[in-house]
Amino acid sequence: MGKYIEMIRMRFLMMLAYRTNYYSGIFIYSINIGAYYFLWSAIYGGQPSIQGMTVEQMTTYVAIAWMARAFYFNNIDREIAMEIREGKVAIELIRPYNYLIMKTMQGLGEGIFRLLFFSLPGMIIVTFVFSLQFTTNVHTWGYFALSTMLSFIINSQLNLIAGMVTFFTLNGEGLLRAKRFVIDLFSGLILPISFYPEWAQHIMHYLPFQAISYIPSMIFTESFTGDAVIKGMMFQAVWCVVLIVPIYVLWKAAKRKLIIQGG
Amino acid sequence: MFYISIFFQYMSQYVKTKLQYRTDLLVEFLSDLMFQGVNLIFILVVFGHTQLLNGWTRDEIIFIYGFFLVPFSLFAAFFNIWDFNERYIVRGEMDRVLTRPVHSLFQIVLERMELESLLGGITGLIVMGYAVSRLHLSFHWYDVILFVLFVLGGTFVYAGIFISLASISFWSDARSSIMPMMYNIGNYGRYPVDIYNRVIRYVLTWVLPFAFVGVYPSAYFLRKTEWYTYSFLTPVMGIVCFTLSVLLWNAGVKRYRGAGN
Repeated sequence: MGKYIEMIRMRFLMMLAYRTNYYSGIFIYSINIGAYYFLWSAIYGGQPSIQGMTVEQMTTYVAIAWMARAFYFNNIDREIAMEIREGKVAIELIRPYNYLIMKTMQGLGEGIFRLLFFSLPGMIIVTFVFSLQFTTNVHTWGYFALSTMLSFIINSQLNLIAGMVTFFTLNGEGLLRAKRFVIDLFSGLILPISFYPEWAQHIMHYLPFQAISYIPSMIFTESFTGDAVIKGMMFQAVWCVVLIVPIYVLWKAAKRKLIIQGG
Repeated sequence: MFYISIFFQYMSQYVKTKLQYRTDLLVEFLSDLMFQGVNLIFILVVFGHTQLLNGWTRDEIIFIYGFFLVPFSLFAAFFNIWDFNERYIVRGEMDRVLTRPVHSLFQIVLERMELESLLGGITGLIVMGYAVSRLHLSFHWYDVILFVLFVLGGTFVYAGIFISLASISFWSDARSSIMPMMYNIGNYGRYPVDIYNRVIRYVLTWVLPFAFVGVYPSAYFLRKTEWYTYSFLTPVMGIVCFTLSVLLWNAGVKRYRGAGN
């Protein structure tokens, strides 16, 4: 366990060394949030609420969804694809740790870095500029923290799967880009799932994507209350466990494939 | 004439290299289509819950998006200079470019062209066609000429902004991390600017004139007479932006010292 914590720490320090890159990142996110803020205000027009969400809840939803994204987002899919292409993965396999867990821990180190140096200052800027609604309910914050942690796990698991699939395909780049669009659209980052037409919601209920952004953001804006919170987090927890299966299978197959490639 | 023949020579080389890797090309097409699809789905879903966006209808917003895709794809095909700093200055490639007897910016445009992005323009035309058929717009014969002018204007606005940003690397060694930010701000111009507050509207019109890529020119074809002045300014803004950026570029090239030994 100690070695994995060391991984988190090392990645955190590495990110810290390049922190100036992140200052402009804060502005990118703020601008994105700003665009959506005005867009949603215009979409609501005079309507007091759409799909049970008020305009304040909606703008807060967008802000928190983007800020939470800074935490759960990572590039481990690209890193895995690159390490495979360059053959580095062979060395990684000899080392005394589990490659996949190590990658996830590096992602976590990155996430913690962005949470502290990116999301928090970004959130402060955004709350000054726009009128957002933050709950003072401690339980909500607690649920949100837990839910965001679960969304980190699910997003990382999906990244691991995507990264490993590039073991088998020649062109990984297109696949990874496609995965990003799917996640942007179906995770609830740009649109809450409840806005989609019935049939689309029905399909998405059988997919893990809404666990990434929709559920934590709905919890934060208190659009989910009572049972819905617990149900949402159960949904996340179930997917966390379910996704272990394809990861395990792919990893087995990928290791076999790698030996052939290495000759 | 010399420049035109160089252009076509580069282009034929480009097509040859691309056709060598056909699956890559197909994957790129598909992921571009998905990207455009995400934005379109956003508009469609949102208008499932509202009738008007500050007085603009669903089909008008779709029209603006379709129009935006045309100049944007031209820009993406020919002015792919967002990583100019890393690619040319840090690696010293600029030295090679400068030894050749063709304008440096023109060479970089040729070297970095990505013609497959032009497909986005066709998508844009289809999206616009869909919107037009639902809006029952009628066009005059000279609207075609205006369309071409507005598209070129928008393309040059985009190009001007990005060339200016790339020129900054001649002066400072700042990383190109503000480039993705610009792509995001560019998206602002896809929606009617009157939904934003005054400061943002001013910035989008006069400082970073992205509104001239989407909403202003589209307003003409949508017959929004109150925006006509801005619509007709589109080609002018394109020329002004592009000229300023080329001047800035030339000044930067004079100052360029090379990165290594």
